[in-house]
Amino acid sequence: MTAIDHPRIPGSGRPRAAYDDATRERLAADAAQVVARYPDPRSALLPLLHLVQSEDGYVSPAGIAFCAATLDLSTAQVSAVATFYTQYKRRPNGEYTVGVCTNTLCAIMGGDAIWEDLTDRLGIGHDETTADGKITLERIECNAACDYAPVMMINWEFFDNQTPDSAAEVVGRLIAGEPVAPTRGPSRVQTFKQVSRVLAGFPDGLADEGVAAGEPTLRGLRLARENGWTAPSVDAAERDAAQEQQAEPAAPAATSTAPAASAPQPGGEQSSVDRPAAGAPERTAEQEKVEHRADDTSKPADSEKES
Amino acid sequence: MADATTLTPVLSDRWDADRPWDLGTYESRGGYRGLRKALTMDAADVVTTVKDSGLRGRGGAGFPTGMKWGFLPAPDGGPRYLVVNADESEPGTCKDIPLMLADPQLLVEGVAITSYAIGCHHAFIYLRGEVVHVYRRLLHAVEQAYAQGYLGKNVLGSGYDLDVTVHAGAGAYICGEETALLDSLEGRRGQPRLKPPFPAVAGLYARPTVVNNVESIASVPGILVGGSDWFRTMGTDRSPGHGLFSLSGHVQRPGQYEAPLGITMRELLAMAGGVREGHELKFWTPGGSSTPIFTAEHLDVPLTYEEVGAAGSMLGTRALQVFDDSVSVVKAVSRWTQFYKHESCGKCTPCREGTFWLAQVLGRLEAGQGTSGDIDLLLDLCDNILGKAFCALGDGATSPITSAIQYFRDEFEAGTHTPADVLFPPERASLFPYTPRRSGQLAGAH
Repeated sequence: MTAIDHPRIPGSGRPRAAYDDATRERLAADAAQVVARYPDPRSALLPLLHLVQSEDGYVSPAGIAFCAATLDLSTAQVSAVATFYTQYKRRPNGEYTVGVCTNTLCAIMGGDAIWEDLTDRLGIGHDETTADGKITLERIECNAACDYAPVMMINWEFFDNQTPDSAAEVVGRLIAGEPVAPTRGPSRVQTFKQVSRVLAGFPDGLADEGVAAGEPTLRGLRLARENGWTAPSVDAAERDAAQEQQAEPAAPAATSTAPAASAPQPGGEQSSVDRPAAGAPERTAEQEKVEHRADDTSKPADSEKES
Repeated sequence: MADATTLTPVLSDRWDADRPWDLGTYESRGGYRGLRKALTMDAADVVTTVKDSGLRGRGGAGFPTGMKWGFLPAPDGGPRYLVVNADESEPGTCKDIPLMLADPQLLVEGVAITSYAIGCHHAFIYLRGEVVHVYRRLLHAVEQAYAQGYLGKNVLGSGYDLDVTVHAGAGAYICGEETALLDSLEGRRGQPRLKPPFPAVAGLYARPTVVNNVESIASVPGILVGGSDWFRTMGTDRSPGHGLFSLSGHVQRPGQYEAPLGITMRELLAMAGGVREGHELKFWTPGGSSTPIFTAEHLDVPLTYEEVGAAGSMLGTRALQVFDDSVSVVKAVSRWTQFYKHESCGKCTPCREGTFWLAQVLGRLEAGQGTSGDIDLLLDLCDNILGKAFCALGDGATSPITSAIQYFRDEFEAGTHTPADVLFPPERASLFPYTPRRSGQLAGAH
């Protein structure tokens, strides 16, 4: 396990749960931009936690305190959120997160082999970091690239169609400090901190780099082109419709007209699971909100213990 | 429709263009015609057009999209929201991510049209956090759309205002469930809410909210340009339109195939070059790991919501994961169960505890150390989860187990004496030769 290198209170060894003034001011300026994106400041919490990781390489006690102060939450409320999501790290992360998909399909197609090989080579397991702080290894869940299996993600960039050899080669270059390029992504994988800043919603100017699609993404389209298969023409449909409507000119734009109101019924088909709890009194959304918030604040304030 | 179904690229039509993510490319290929047209229409008529098209939710549940929009209560002067579910995380599902990587403007246009239709002035795209380049492309697309007047104040001079925020999640499958997504977007742990109230009545910030999948929203611009009748020239009466079919696993040419709903797996497999050479199809998922598995006997089931349902599964997200005869179904199901255990948010006891026990029992069956009562135990556990939690995650966890026992009971019985890796050596299933180093050990624990 790598040493935790966040600032400590002199003499006590306990982590200092605050940024120095310059850092705090810089982060506060960023945070103000994040908060401004949302009607409700609390929505900024996930991006702010990414922002903290861009500063510290993990969700540090100082970062938790910063988020809490920015959004007027308790540190316990912030910790409760931070510990729910797998991308938030509770210990300093390596410069590169190497994630091998070991969900069923990738695992079977060779992900298990890649995983076994990398753990043996690096001498670390899931959610562990190499002694030099370069690599944090993770078994990851399905990353929506199954047609490119087996998939490896490095700092959440796609490395498609991997083999143990190709994965080892890429990881070897990372350790040697050489740049590596994802299959679909920018020309160079950015560091964990850099990527965390993007995930906080601050563009790094790399959107135009890389391909639009890999070969599997384009297979159906290429097959359609080869065979002259197309969808029915929208242009023809549009012309037909326009001719029909010529007698009746289009109405000017209205800003918002309500569609007929018809409330969804319990047990209706509207969503994935629509079974009302038997006999449960219907609560208003406001009541729910109040209960929700009450839950949050009644949790024991134990967030500082974890470091 | 002719006898042999052919592909119908609509959403995927620009993917092979030069820099298709760029607004210039998008405009030169017909982009934003749908929005221009929508802005000349009454908002209620836009809703009607989408209702008439019969478009059904492409995120799995298949609920009619236009009807969902119509569920919003009458305006009360307060805000109404559109939230796009771009949290694509269902094992096997891999359609929205490539769509947004290649052609993010299509989604942005769909967002603008939908927002206008439902009277929303601030829309959100909730993207899973583990796809940073897709996030870059979306941020860039929104920035370009603002600069060209497709978003922001007075969209295209119509007097309609719209802001769009692209939000990155942080790694949690459960946030694909619409109410968990809303809690997450509100800066909380992503845990599902009890319904009712439905999001249409009390969604984001307890305000009327429409939550739609990426592919559903991306289908809207085409419907506006071509009209509802055009959309209905594809697919079937009750499952109209085009959809992305994602083939993965043991097929010769895995990838995205955009076809009318109602195409069959046999047709898609033929297009993808068939199952891996020298092997036979063993089982497949029609719509991701949460949909009951199918076998070779289901190859001719038309892939529509109704017909897949009637055959005992769900169309889901058209995530067609193909497994050939080299694969242990026990191992496959065991690994999926590890996933559900890992991703259960912990709110509801049957799911939190049940997935834990399912994983334990499947783990020992996979290791060849199961007991004679384990199959019944699994089915009993599934019975105690199915329909007994707030959301569909627990239900989804039971689907692969109960369906796999239905079709391959003997393999589970073999789990009482022989490890899955002995019956089905993993190096025969992988795409490259290797020597498993820890064969026989309980796999997947994390």
